Amino acid sequence: MHNLLNWVSANQQIIYIVILMIFVGIEVIGRVPSVLHTPLMSGANAIHGVVIIGAIIVMGKAEPDNYLALVLGFLAVIVGTLNVVGGFVVTDRMLEMFRKKK
Amino acid sequence: MELNLLTICYLIGSITFIIGLKMLSNPATARRGNLIAAAGMAIAIIGTIFLYQSEGQKLHNYGWIFGGLLIGGIIGTLAAKKVKMTAMPEMVSMFNGMGGACAALISLVEFNHLSKEMAKGIVTAGAEQPTVLIIVLGLIIGSVSFAGSMIAWGKLNGTVKDFSFAGQNILNLLILAVTLATGAYLVYSPIHPQLLYIILVLALLYGVFFVMPIGGADMPVVISLLNSFTGVAAACGGFLYDNKVMLTGGILVGAAGTLLTILMCKAMNRSLMNVLIGSFGVNKNAATHGGSGEQGQIKEISVSDAAMVMNYANKVMVVPGYGLAVAQAQHVCHELEKILEEKGVELKYAIHPVAGRMPGHMNVLLAEADVPYEKLLEMEEANEEFKTCDVVLVLGANDVVNPAAKNDPSSPIYGMPILEVELAKTVIVNKRSMKPGYAGIENSLFFQPKTSMLFGDAKKVLQDLCAEVKML
Repeated sequence: MHNLLNWVSANQQIIYIVILMIFVGIEVIGRVPSVLHTPLMSGANAIHGVVIIGAIIVMGKAEPDNYLALVLGFLAVIVGTLNVVGGFVVTDRMLEMFRKKK
Repeated sequence: MELNLLTICYLIGSITFIIGLKMLSNPATARRGNLIAAAGMAIAIIGTIFLYQSEGQKLHNYGWIFGGLLIGGIIGTLAAKKVKMTAMPEMVSMFNGMGGACAALISLVEFNHLSKEMAKGIVTAGAEQPTVLIIVLGLIIGSVSFAGSMIAWGKLNGTVKDFSFAGQNILNLLILAVTLATGAYLVYSPIHPQLLYIILVLALLYGVFFVMPIGGADMPVVISLLNSFTGVAAACGGFLYDNKVMLTGGILVGAAGTLLTILMCKAMNRSLMNVLIGSFGVNKNAATHGGSGEQGQIKEISVSDAAMVMNYANKVMVVPGYGLAVAQAQHVCHELEKILEEKGVELKYAIHPVAGRMPGHMNVLLAEADVPYEKLLEMEEANEEFKTCDVVLVLGANDVVNPAAKNDPSSPIYGMPILEVELAKTVIVNKRSMKPGYAGIENSLFFQPKTSMLFGDAKKVLQDLCAEVKML
C-alpha cells in the first residue's frame, strides 16, 4: 500500500495525462455519424499500434546473448508493425471509397 | 539535445493522434485525418529508433529492428492492399490482435528482465510492485485482445463457428477471476516468475471463451471493444517506459474505442451487456421454433416478372445487405440502377446503419461501385419514402428488415430500428435460400402477401434482371 501511494505521487504527471486523455478521447469522436463507425474503428486500431514503440525499445535494449528477449522482441516488432502499417493502409482504402462519391 | 528532440517527436505524435481521430469522425476530413495520424506515428517511430536512450545508452540490435519493421511492413501493406472489401472487417480484427500480441510480448520480455535483476539483487521485489502490476495488466489485456481478435477474425471469415454451452458465462467469469487472482498474487510476491506463463495461458483462454458464444452479427461490436482493450494494453507500455506518446495514444484509443462500442450498440438499440452475455445465442432456438409454425406460405417470383414489375414502377428502393457484399454484386447493382433510370424509373438505396457486417459497410461497398452519394438514404429518410415506393428490392438483407423488431417483444432483435419496407406497394426479396439471417431468427416479412421471393445469388440475379429489363 505504501509503495502504491509513493508510486502515485511519483507518477502524478502520468495519471493526469490518463485522466485528461480519457475525456479527450470521448469528446473527440462524440459526434461521429454511423457511416464512419467502421473507418473510425480501423483508424483507432492503427493508432494503438503505437505499442510498436515499446517493441522497438525492448528489441533495442536486449543483450546480444539473451535469445529469449531477442526472439520475443523481434516477434513483437513484426506484429506491432503489422498493426500500424496494416491498420493505416486498410483505413485509407476504406476512406478512398468514400472520397469517390463526389 | 537528442532527448529533447525525441520529446518533440513524441509531442508531435500525440497531437497528430488527437487531430487525426477528430478528423476521422467527419466524412469530409476523414481520409486526411488518417494520413496525419500515420505521419505522426512515423515520426514517433523514427524518433524512437534513432534518438531513444535508456540509462544513457542508445538502442542497439538495429539489424533486428529494421528486419522486423521490414517484414511487418511488407506483410501488412500487402495484406491490407489485397483484402477484398467484404473481408475488411476481419482484417481490422486481425491487425487489432497483432497489437494485442505485441503488448503481451513486451510484458513477457520486461518481466523476464525484471526477475533477472531481482535474482541478482539489483532491485528489491517490494519496490518493483507497481512495475509488476503494469506488466501483468499489459500481459492480461494484450493476451485477451489477441485471442479474442483471432476468434472474431475466424468467425467473420467462417472458419470458427458459434459455440456455446450451458454455464459458459459462469465458466468465463471463473477463468477471469482465476486469471486476476493469479495476477494479483504475482504482483504481491513477484518471486515466482513461472506464474507469468500461467497467467498468459489463462488470459488467452479467457479471450477465446469470451468471444466464442457471441453471435457473428455482433462481431463489429466485439472488435471495437477489443480495439479499446488493445489501446489500454498499449498505454500499459506507456506507463512501463514512461513514454508519453504510447500513453496518450493508448488511452485515447481506449476511451474513444469504448465510446464507439457503445455508439455501435446504440445503432442496434441494444446494450453492451446484452451483446456480451450473448442473448442471441441463448434465445436462438426458442425464437426459431416459436416463429416458424404459423408463418404460412411464401410466394416466389421469376426474374422476368420481377424485371417487369420494376420496369413499370415509378420509384424503386433498393435495400442492400450482406448478401450483396458476399456476392460482390455492387457493380451489377449500379448497372441495374442505370438501366432502370434510362427507362424513367427513380431508384434510390435505403441504407440501414448496421446492414452488412459492420456499420457503414454498405456505404463503402456502393461507393466502390460509383453509386452517387445522393442516392443513398439513411434509415430515417428511407422510412419516410417507403410509402411512396412501388417496389422495394431487398438484396441479401434480412434482420434489418425484419418486422419482428417492431412487433414481437419476444424476438431477440426486438427494439432494433428497422427499415420499414412493408410500407411500399410490393416487396421483392432476393436471398440465396430461406435460411434465417445472421441473428438466426425467422422473418415474417417473407410470408406477407405483398412480398415475393427471388431466390439466387445476388450477382447472378442482378445480371439476369439487367438483361431482362434491357429487353423490355
